[in-house]
Amino acid sequence: MATLHSRSAARAMMAPAVFLLLVWMLVPLTMTLWFSFKRYLPLRGGDLGWTGFDNYVRFVTSSAFWPSVQATLLIVGGVLLITVLVGVLLALLLDQPMWGQGVVRILVIAPFFVMPTVSALVWKNMFMDPVNGLFAHLSKFFGLAPLEWLSQAPLFSITLIVSWQWLPFATLILLTALQSLDREQLEAGEMDGAPPLARFLHIVLPHLAQAITIVVLIQTIFLLSIFAEIFVTTQGSFGTRTLTYLIFQRVLESQNVGLGSAGGVYAIILANIVALFLMRIVGRNLDA
Amino acid sequence: MGRMVLEKVEKRFGDVTVIPPLDLEIEDGEFVVFVGPSGCGKSTLLRLIAGLEDVTGGVIRIDGRDATTVPPAKRGLAMVFQSYALYPHMTVRKNISFPLRMAKLDKAEQDRRVEQAAAVLNLTDYLDRRPGQLSGGQRQRVAIGRAIVREPAAFLFDEPLSNLDAALRVGMRLEISELHERLKTTMIYVTHDQVEAMTMADKIVVLHAGRIEQVGSPLELYRTPRNRFVAGFIGSPRMNFLEGPEARRHDASAIGIRPEHIMPSPNEGAWKGRVGVSEHLGSDTFLHVHMEGCADPVTVRSGGEVDMHHGDTIYMTPDAGHIHRFDDQGLRIA
Ligand SMILES: Nc1ncnc2c1ncn2[C@@H]1O[C@H](COP(=O)(O)OP(=O)(O)OP(=O)(O)O)[C@@H](O)[C@H]1O
Ligand SMILES: [Mg+2]
Repeated sequence: MATLHSRSAARAMMAPAVFLLLVWMLVPLTMTLWFSFKRYLPLRGGDLGWTGFDNYVRFVTSSAFWPSVQATLLIVGGVLLITVLVGVLLALLLDQPMWGQGVVRILVIAPFFVMPTVSALVWKNMFMDPVNGLFAHLSKFFGLAPLEWLSQAPLFSITLIVSWQWLPFATLILLTALQSLDREQLEAGEMDGAPPLARFLHIVLPHLAQAITIVVLIQTIFLLSIFAEIFVTTQGSFGTRTLTYLIFQRVLESQNVGLGSAGGVYAIILANIVALFLMRIVGRNLDA
Repeated sequence: MGRMVLEKVEKRFGDVTVIPPLDLEIEDGEFVVFVGPSGCGKSTLLRLIAGLEDVTGGVIRIDGRDATTVPPAKRGLAMVFQSYALYPHMTVRKNISFPLRMAKLDKAEQDRRVEQAAAVLNLTDYLDRRPGQLSGGQRQRVAIGRAIVREPAAFLFDEPLSNLDAALRVGMRLEISELHERLKTTMIYVTHDQVEAMTMADKIVVLHAGRIEQVGSPLELYRTPRNRFVAGFIGSPRMNFLEGPEARRHDASAIGIRPEHIMPSPNEGAWKGRVGVSEHLGSDTFLHVHMEGCADPVTVRSGGEVDMHHGDTIYMTPDAGHIHRFDDQGLRIA
């Protein structure tokens, strides 16, 4: 019952939380905006005054900008591709009745609880190390020269590490969607003469479409800001400098806060465009 | 082209026997209704025939061919599900043509059959809508449309009307009966509603705990139920059963008499009782009469405008020709 009275009471009670949230978000955002219009070099003179849109122009015209956009797109796209494809397959597999289902499901979810830094270190040292890594041992076993993963296939390596982390998320959402599919629809498809592949394409996949969209959008928002995985593996070398990493370098390595802030504002705008689509799709889902 | 024979068909889930070995013959063009209480195995039996469930034992023959291990799509049967099971992201046209597309029929033939089915089922105006934009009755018709375009050897219906409201159910019942008249295709129809069974069937199969209690035409089952279960299940309101002295007078351990075969009277009759609840339906009134020595009230049908009230004394005379006698096993005594 939303009477006038209960609504104003609700507002009064939500106010502290909303206020806290606003401060929490607005202070850093305002500071980023503030610095982005300034020439601010902490170790080289400090605040050197307003520069207008100079930082914004310099950020996009620097020679590192387009390669970083490309690296970002490659990593985000690659991770999305792998997590969605493998996620659908894993979800299909986990949906089958099998022995020890509960345990298997928990194991599949486990990588999600490993901190990015830790998982990147584990991958770097235990799997991808050209001397001691598991992959090196494997290739030696087959008589091949061990690959130097992080320098010879740096983008792919990082994509692999990040995909491993995000696969549980994709699998979980897709599995939930799969379980909400009406079994009778599949049986109807079977009666209608659709072989398994056609049933998957015509019935299962359309049913999963919305879940896939949501996975893609949510992951995009988070993947745009991956950092730890790059920091502990390649440190942005070998063409793995993403937009986020570029901002980090501008602020901390070049000590140019203004320039980094301008990059940050671009990132905020980009993430918000994706978020807008996400809200629309999720919102439509809730209305229906 | 839709004669089916089930020989010793049996179904177990783990060690639960849902259907003990069972024999059944369904003639070509027949409208057969499986009826029975919830959980008795009607859906399971239908799914065995459809091939959606594997038999544990026995043989299913369709048109003389052993179909026991034939996959569902190859049996030439079409099924209408209780939940309709329409494909939500396809338009009505796509839904109906789905089996044709799977069979790789040419486009012109597909269109012809879809248009024809849509015309028969009054769906022509809705062909470009999605199932979510249709009413329950329209969805039901789409499900039927998807079944008829395949021109199957037999239709299988699993409680197709149970999600519809009462008025619509009566309408759809007539439509399905009419469809059967027109197509003359074998139809197997599952329901737990004995009114649907009585009004639609050529042949009723009464199931109870997976066993067939009786097979016969609606009137056969009504007139000569083979046992107490069938007697109690067929007919609405249900038959009254009397045990004790009254049954012994008829040399039986129980007698059954339908509400419509008892004559009520305010002043004279064979049995005496007290009127309890009365249900006024307009055309009829059903009186629930409490009798000395009977645990359950006896239901009596009386005319629409009867002047009897709660607590009144009433006399009743059973129609001797319609008394059903049962032995201590519950079987009919001829
Ligand atoms: N997959 C299954 N595994 C185990 N038991 C099952 C399975 N499917 C059905 N059963 C059991 O078989 C029995 C018959 O089920 P069925 O669905 O055929 O009943 P029904 O007559 O169609 O009932 P209703 O009128 O409620 O639809 C039930 O007791 C049910 O619990
Ligand atoms: Mg059922």
